[in-house]
Amino acid sequence: MNNIAEILLLIAGGIILLALAIIFIRFLIGPTLTNRIIAFDTLTVGSLGLIALIAVFEERQLYLDVNIIYGLLSFIAVIVVGKYIEKTL
Amino acid sequence: MEYLQIIGAVIVVLGSLVLLIAAIGLIRMPDAYNRIQVGTKASTLSVALIMIGLALVIPSWVGKFITILLFVMLTNPISSNVLMRASHKAGEPLSQVTVIDKLKEDEDNEKNNSNGTV
Repeated sequence: MNNIAEILLLIAGGIILLALAIIFIRFLIGPTLTNRIIAFDTLTVGSLGLIALIAVFEERQLYLDVNIIYGLLSFIAVIVVGKYIEKTL
Repeated sequence: MEYLQIIGAVIVVLGSLVLLIAAIGLIRMPDAYNRIQVGTKASTLSVALIMIGLALVIPSWVGKFITILLFVMLTNPISSNVLMRASHKAGEPLSQVTVIDKLKEDEDNEKNNSNGTV
């Protein structure tokens, strides 16, 4: 990786961290359970990009496998909470 | 090769900016239905842009990046649809400026029809 690309990727990581911090505010203040789960879903999908960036920086392909499992677990978590809100779990 | 990496890094920065827009929308939107629309659409686009950009930065890992991209694009709309349908059924309030609620009309029609026939 050359220098300019590395600096641009660092900037992208910083912007993603800022976005995750703002989403976490909604996770804290969200009035109902639905709002909190929306913020949780967006947090996990946003951190998929952050984990992929870390994998590129560390040059370890294993982190991408972790990424796939992480996305799968967040999907299942949102579905399960949806069933719980519907009171059919 | 170097130009390809720089183009990929610029696409990654664009994706992170889209995620920032999603975060601002989550704070500013009035009710949960608008928030899930902003959150799901923008975060899916941001993951897609980030994966495409990183695939340009490291071309030998393109298979796993495309796998993650396809997985997120398949599952994210499904999970948001299930969540909001459930919370609409549980009575999540709409914002004051909402003028139309098609799902409630459909449910009412269904209830009336079943009562009439049975």
